[in-house]
Amino acid sequence: MISYYLKLGLRSLRRNPILTTLMVLAIGVGVASSMTTYAVFRAVSGNPLPEKSAQLFAPQIDIWGPQSRAQGRELPDSLSYTDAMALMRDHKAKRQTAIYPVGFNAIPSDVSSEPFAVRGYAAYADFFPMFNVPFIYGGGWNASQDEARAAVVVISDQLNQQLFGGANSVGRMVHLDNHDYQVIGVTADWNPRPRFYDLNNSSGFTDAPDFFLPFNQAVGTQTETMGDNNCYGSAGRNPGFDGWLQSDCVWVSYWVELSDAAAAQAYNNYLQAYAAEQNRAGRFHWPANVTLRNLTQWMDYEHVVPPETRISLLLSLGFLLVCLVNTIGLMLAKFMRRAGEIGVRRALGASRREIWAQFLAEAAMVGVSGGLVGVVFTGIGVYGIGLIFEPDIARLAHVSAYLVGLTLLCALIATLGAAFYPTWRASRVQPAWQLKSN
Amino acid sequence: MQIHPIIVALRRHKAGTLLIALQIALTLAIVCNALFIIHQRLSHLSEPSGIDEANLFVVTNLWGEQYSTDEAAAKIQQDLAALRQLPGVDNVTPADSYPLRGGGWDNFITLKPEQVSMTTDASVYTGDEHFLRTLGVKLIAGRDFHADEVQNMGLRQNFVPPVTIISKALADKLYPNGDALGKPFYSMSDKPTTIIGIVERLHRADVSTWSAPYANESLIWPIRMAQPWGVFYIVHTKPGQLDEAMREAPKALYAENRMRMISSKDGVRSFAQIRHLAFESDRGMAVLMSIICVVLLAITGAGIVGLTSFWVGQRRRQIGVRRALGATHRDILHYFLTENFLISLAGVAIGVLLTFGLNLWLVERFEMQFLPLAYVLGGMVILLLLGQGAVFAPALRASRVPPVEATRPA
Repeated sequence: MISYYLKLGLRSLRRNPILTTLMVLAIGVGVASSMTTYAVFRAVSGNPLPEKSAQLFAPQIDIWGPQSRAQGRELPDSLSYTDAMALMRDHKAKRQTAIYPVGFNAIPSDVSSEPFAVRGYAAYADFFPMFNVPFIYGGGWNASQDEARAAVVVISDQLNQQLFGGANSVGRMVHLDNHDYQVIGVTADWNPRPRFYDLNNSSGFTDAPDFFLPFNQAVGTQTETMGDNNCYGSAGRNPGFDGWLQSDCVWVSYWVELSDAAAAQAYNNYLQAYAAEQNRAGRFHWPANVTLRNLTQWMDYEHVVPPETRISLLLSLGFLLVCLVNTIGLMLAKFMRRAGEIGVRRALGASRREIWAQFLAEAAMVGVSGGLVGVVFTGIGVYGIGLIFEPDIARLAHVSAYLVGLTLLCALIATLGAAFYPTWRASRVQPAWQLKSN
Repeated sequence: MQIHPIIVALRRHKAGTLLIALQIALTLAIVCNALFIIHQRLSHLSEPSGIDEANLFVVTNLWGEQYSTDEAAAKIQQDLAALRQLPGVDNVTPADSYPLRGGGWDNFITLKPEQVSMTTDASVYTGDEHFLRTLGVKLIAGRDFHADEVQNMGLRQNFVPPVTIISKALADKLYPNGDALGKPFYSMSDKPTTIIGIVERLHRADVSTWSAPYANESLIWPIRMAQPWGVFYIVHTKPGQLDEAMREAPKALYAENRMRMISSKDGVRSFAQIRHLAFESDRGMAVLMSIICVVLLAITGAGIVGLTSFWVGQRRRQIGVRRALGATHRDILHYFLTENFLISLAGVAIGVLLTFGLNLWLVERFEMQFLPLAYVLGGMVILLLLGQGAVFAPALRASRVPPVEATRPA
């Protein structure tokens, strides 16, 4: 029966090619615009580390007091060096690391090649196990090397290609600015997006970092942060690098790993106690105010998804809605025009249900065709999205089997949803009236 | 033209009428808000920076060795001399930021040293005695820096120069009576800095929405940044020699000293490129919204054509009867035009509510501004015209139905 309905549907769709094309195009364009913006939205809002996101937390401490939050500002999203070091010393979490972005000139040992700029992060040993960093050679450094300010470095696969032609470079030396570092590990291609651990400094969608080196070593060599440095009203701080370290300027990202809710609660209590202690010691002149957000909460808090992406997705969905209303109208017109035909079929014994199934089959054909057109348009849309959104973000969106499947499914469901009323009307046609008027 | 019979006839097409009206309403809501977004983004794109963008470019120079403050300062002087030698170059200034760069240094400004909450926020530029002339910023009051006022500042040094030149926007914010010249303010320090000059306009380095409340509020300190990482050279060229100078500048710098990095990809940028980058997402948004508007209007128009054509086909016999009873071509044409006008009017009325609803939601969620009434009125006119335009062809076909149709079976 279905194949008969499909044949009838095809015949009917052919009879009125302009109306059919219009419906198919409306569905296709509507679905494609939603899918294109959804692809971008999904790319930027995706969980960069799903297996760990519930166990990773970023703390915040109210270091500047309530008056710093006039004009709708929030707690600073980094810690001062003083607080970060205190938290590292107390070592209350399962794992913890302070992080800050640094940049160097890599000077190749081969004198004929020119120096080039590299960017990476200064972090503690826990960084690698905490964030599940994959290695192809060697591994991260250990806590005692952190303490000893070891001049070691973990380099990326890409930098390893550039400096050592991809060979196992563990034990070899790398010259960064004025210092030599021994390679201790080479990471596999690792660049979680968004880069959750650097959202306080960047949009989170930049190229993979080139290297990682021990935090204490970076600070020891007076390495400047390449990220944000925020010194709310810290008037009268001492000059020089040490003055900056001792100041209330915030620039250190801080992450902790806590295995369960109880541990998170305990850590939150510890943060409270730490801030309260600072209050008692006369450093903070306001009640303790701290937060502890897990990775996904942190992404929300840092507004990882740009408002442009959200507004685009929203308006595209509105656009799809208009396309569907349009399709309902056109289908209604198309189906009701065949009231006579329906009357004849009903008079010959077709049940309402069968009429309904027949028209639904016709609608499904429109839906599938709309979906195919939608896939083509989505492809064009994703290809062209680089012209519209920032390239860092746009290149994350790509056509995948998932997206194609979703587009087809979305088109089919939307069309069948739209067809619901027109098919219902068609099935309610009174045979007697239709036969009489002819 | 009588409206009553049209309304009576529409009652027999409730669903179709409702669907067209709903489509018009939704289209109005989306198009109005999209047009408003387009306008806002485009006005952002053309924001004046106050500098002579057409003849300016920026060299991002990273040192290949780590220099102390004094070494870096000396290297900068050598580089400036090398750049000034170039035939197309008019003036050069070293800087650690420039307008439209994105991000950058900004300071809280207070009027009293003990004040805890800020009066405003200013984008901070550091510049020597060539800064204003190189950028082509117009000084409207006071004077430029003297060469002996300019101090070198190295990594993490922290001092507040005694004098500053500020933008008019900042001057007006601090001293609304227009008497800012010669007055002091405090900038995250307990030492005052005195306003010795006011420039007409100087865009902030930051371009994000965060900066919107402090638009064009900037200050320049007589400081020559001598950082270990590198420096920006802002170069002003003689008219028409920008491209030539942009090619020559890195060559001249490398010839002078090889231990540096000027990225071949983005190490030398004209201000046209800088502006393009700064407002990339604004332009993208405007393009996307325009596409959505155009396609949406096309689909709504096509939908009206389709549905009206169907109605015309359905009513051929009735039209024939009316024609036989004396209705002219014009009467029939007007009937369909009026019918569409009534439906569109209803749609637009619902649409106005949806438009403001959507706008309100965008205001709450995305810190957008309230929609000016002009956009809604404009959107209403566009949709009413679209409806009339879309219905015209089917209506014309209807008006050509011959009276003899009355005698034929439907």
